[in-house]
Amino acid sequence: MRAPIIRFENVCKRFSDKEGRELAAYAVKDLSFDVAGGELVAVVGRTGCGKSTMFNLLAGLLEPSSGLVRVYGRDPFRDFDWFRGKIAVVFQSDRLLPWRTALHNVAYGLELNHMEERERLGLARDWLRRLGLEGYEDAYPHALSGGMRQRVSIARAFAVNAQILLCDEPFSSLDELTGAKLRAEFVRLVRENRKTSIFITHSIDEALTLGERILVFQPPAFIVLEVRPEEAATEATRAAMKDAILSAMTSEVRDPAAS
Amino acid sequence: MLRQLAVRREALFAMLGLATAWQIASLFFPSYLFPPLPAIGAAFAKIFGSWEQVGNALATALRILAGLAGAFLLGVVFAVAMAKSRKANDYLFPILHFNQGIPALSWVVISIIWFKSIEFRIWFIMVVTTVPAFAFQILDAYRSISKDLHEMALSFRPSRYDMFRTVVLPTVVPGILTAFKVNLGNASRVVVVAELVGATGGVGYQLLQMQQLFDLAGALAWTLVLVLFVLGTQQILTLLESRLLRYRAQSERGL
Repeated sequence: MRAPIIRFENVCKRFSDKEGRELAAYAVKDLSFDVAGGELVAVVGRTGCGKSTMFNLLAGLLEPSSGLVRVYGRDPFRDFDWFRGKIAVVFQSDRLLPWRTALHNVAYGLELNHMEERERLGLARDWLRRLGLEGYEDAYPHALSGGMRQRVSIARAFAVNAQILLCDEPFSSLDELTGAKLRAEFVRLVRENRKTSIFITHSIDEALTLGERILVFQPPAFIVLEVRPEEAATEATRAAMKDAILSAMTSEVRDPAAS
Repeated sequence: MLRQLAVRREALFAMLGLATAWQIASLFFPSYLFPPLPAIGAAFAKIFGSWEQVGNALATALRILAGLAGAFLLGVVFAVAMAKSRKANDYLFPILHFNQGIPALSWVVISIIWFKSIEFRIWFIMVVTTVPAFAFQILDAYRSISKDLHEMALSFRPSRYDMFRTVVLPTVVPGILTAFKVNLGNASRVVVVAELVGATGGVGYQLLQMQQLFDLAGALAWTLVLVLFVLGTQQILTLLESRLLRYRAQSERGL
């Protein structure tokens, strides 16, 4: 058993209204799980089940209302700067800076890590090449297709060489063919670079393809099922696992924390 | 390129049409009402034939630029305060809004009563009349910063300076350039009013002299000097815009 790098311990998150009063509804309630170093965990659940809130808590973009979020034993919200270069994020949309070329977008994280210009541009160029975008270094985002832009954003996340990679449905806006191709590239890169990854998706097939472990969420972000795709050796067991995930996602489960 | 040339050709034809109509009018009306084009041209040449007159033109140009610079800096301060603090926004917004309704001429009267220095009077009038537009436009540009891009940048943990340099500044630059373009026209009108009433030099003062001498050719020549300054500065801003915003040239210029 590998040592956990990411730890959620009874984490709750309630958002506030414009006057700063906490809303009654929980976005995340009593969420607990661990992720070991080098593990690729897929998180599935319906829209509004709190996946993205969990993601933002982990990225340090949100502070939990209660409970502990720990990455390398530190709080990603309070020790925000300490995580510079240690966590990289691939978002659902490419979120490229429109005023930067593909090359300078890939080099963005490296620039913020104060890497010397020649070195960072060389590294960015190398990542563009690895993702099949050689020759597009000077193209601005508007001149690239959706798939190419998403590849630039993946290159941007990998270029900083962060040990933890957080992905929020990065292939959901792409067509089936481009998505499948990028998915395969992504898995190869994660394995090659031995990243610890959390991959949010609403596609069960994608979760089964990518995840070493799958966490199934129900609102307000508590885990109703945890499976390991590697345990489904045959087509039949894989189909059964898929049915179990689907049933866990769609069934009416009573919030265990409410009882 | 071809479209740009066509637009320039049409602009040239439009100006030639206007000049021809003026010249025809000058044949039917007394010269103090419609001075012929050669007379206006001679008055224009006379301005650039004397250092003293060029100094008058330059004084107005510098007043406009100094006024715009002051209003821009103050506009940035107001916009940042309004963006960062709701309280500041609640207090500053009505004041700036109210200020927009005050005519430039009222500020001329107020500044003559308030201040002794002529240059400061003009600078004050320029700043106070153009600052609301700067503040509102910069505030709008600041508020248009994409939440998605801001979050993306945050995920790399930038310093405040890096966030400003890499996300905030490139987002607000188009708004700042627009604010300068809009305010340049306003400033050129206000400076003339300010100089007409409270200055001893500059285009506005010269216009007053021409009115007293009943010299319409001279008045038109001075007006032309101001128009050319505004158009020239607008052209510099356009060049700057196409340089700074080249990343969106292909997608938006064709609209």
